Amino acid sequence: MADTVTGPIPEAPDAVPEFPMPRADRCPFDPPPALKELQEQGPLTKVRLWDGSEPWLVTRYAEQRALLGDPRVSADTDSPGYPTKASPEAGEGKLSFIMMDDPEHARLRRMVTAPFAIKRVEALRPAVQRIVDGLIDDLLAGPRPADLVEQFALPLPSLVICELLGVPYDDHAFFQDHTKTMVHRDATPEQRGQAGREVAAYLAGLLGKRLADPREDLLSSIAGRVTAGEIDHRQATEMALLLLIAGHETTANMIALGTHALLQHPDQLALLRETDDPALVASAVEELLRYLHITHLGRRRAVTEDIEIAGQVIKAGEGVIMVNEIANRDPDVFPDPDRLDITRDARRHVAFGFGVHQCLGQPLARMELQVVYGTLYRRIPTLASAVPPEDVRFKHDAFIYGVHELPVTW
Amino acid sequence: MKVELEADKCVASGQCVVAAMQVFDQDDDGIAILLEEQVGPGLVDDVREAVAVCPAAAIRLVEQ
Repeated sequence: MADTVTGPIPEAPDAVPEFPMPRADRCPFDPPPALKELQEQGPLTKVRLWDGSEPWLVTRYAEQRALLGDPRVSADTDSPGYPTKASPEAGEGKLSFIMMDDPEHARLRRMVTAPFAIKRVEALRPAVQRIVDGLIDDLLAGPRPADLVEQFALPLPSLVICELLGVPYDDHAFFQDHTKTMVHRDATPEQRGQAGREVAAYLAGLLGKRLADPREDLLSSIAGRVTAGEIDHRQATEMALLLLIAGHETTANMIALGTHALLQHPDQLALLRETDDPALVASAVEELLRYLHITHLGRRRAVTEDIEIAGQVIKAGEGVIMVNEIANRDPDVFPDPDRLDITRDARRHVAFGFGVHQCLGQPLARMELQVVYGTLYRRIPTLASAVPPEDVRFKHDAFIYGVHELPVTW
Repeated sequence: MKVELEADKCVASGQCVVAAMQVFDQDDDGIAILLEEQVGPGLVDDVREAVAVCPAAAIRLVEQ
């Protein structure tokens, strides 16, 4: 009969959860509740992305580290199964070596590692301290309330990366605004592409100047690699773009989001305000990196050979997403993980990722955050939020999480 | 105990230097170098931390 049902009965729409998930109202510092539920259920689960693809979401610390350290996973966005964050623009360039695999990744990365060595970064600490002191002087001399993002959190890392690269700080409004578009999830692919091309063209111009007239900065060092025939102009520009964006947007968000988190945890803020122990300040930086997590859309990879992990086989051509935010709340590694405790040992967090792509600029980010967290609350002991917490707007809609603005008073 | 470092795996994150400054340093390009191959009980915990946080799994601590 024509209406006889044959074969398997079609299943109801399955329960593959969509990713990313929303955070809970009033819990802006915690991972989305649905992510925590998935973590409790097991280390691996399929999720559905914006384009209908269904990569694996890896929810636990041990499995995330194992996969991020595995040479059979690819960071190349062109690898089959790579889980993309948003629709790419046709012909969109790559953000240099973070979207490549070894050996080319290692070759390019090693060209720019020198300035981020611990001793080189430590040598910059007095200069960063002077910048922080100057920004706080300006803040205190200005009107109240003030936006901590615009007047402190964004200028500091921008000034530092400009100095390191040799980009004129006077151009900061240009590259900060364009970066906002590039990391905005709801920007159209065309808008993101256009913003990226404009900053790239600007940096290509600066690289051209350094080729002709080298100075003591990182752009000149990159230009030198072009002269030596090790990379071409396009590769040099992509590298400069990566360093400029990664150098200011991430740290800026950690400064403002970290300050907001501390203002909401007065006991922890008091510990920081009253200490002059660099070890406690360093510990606070690690704990805030663990507790907050600005790269909330996860580290993404494609698997190039079948990998057996946690009783599952991830097949070649499947995508994997490691949300480090949830790994940093894994109770097997961090007891009472949802509590902010600047005295705990949080050094094993994966806020900077893991594996060969782990953040290149982490020594610089750590040092900047140590100077900020060790100075701001001591210099302005009465620092307070100028708006109720529910009025603070969070960057749910950006690739990098944080606060849009943070009105403060004192 | 003996510390082993595979420098060709190093990605210059600097994590080992932060964890165990008496045992690790970096060359001009940020690549890890070993200052002490043999470590006594006073430094073993620091080296264990370096092993745990090295993102490239380039460090090993070997019982002798």
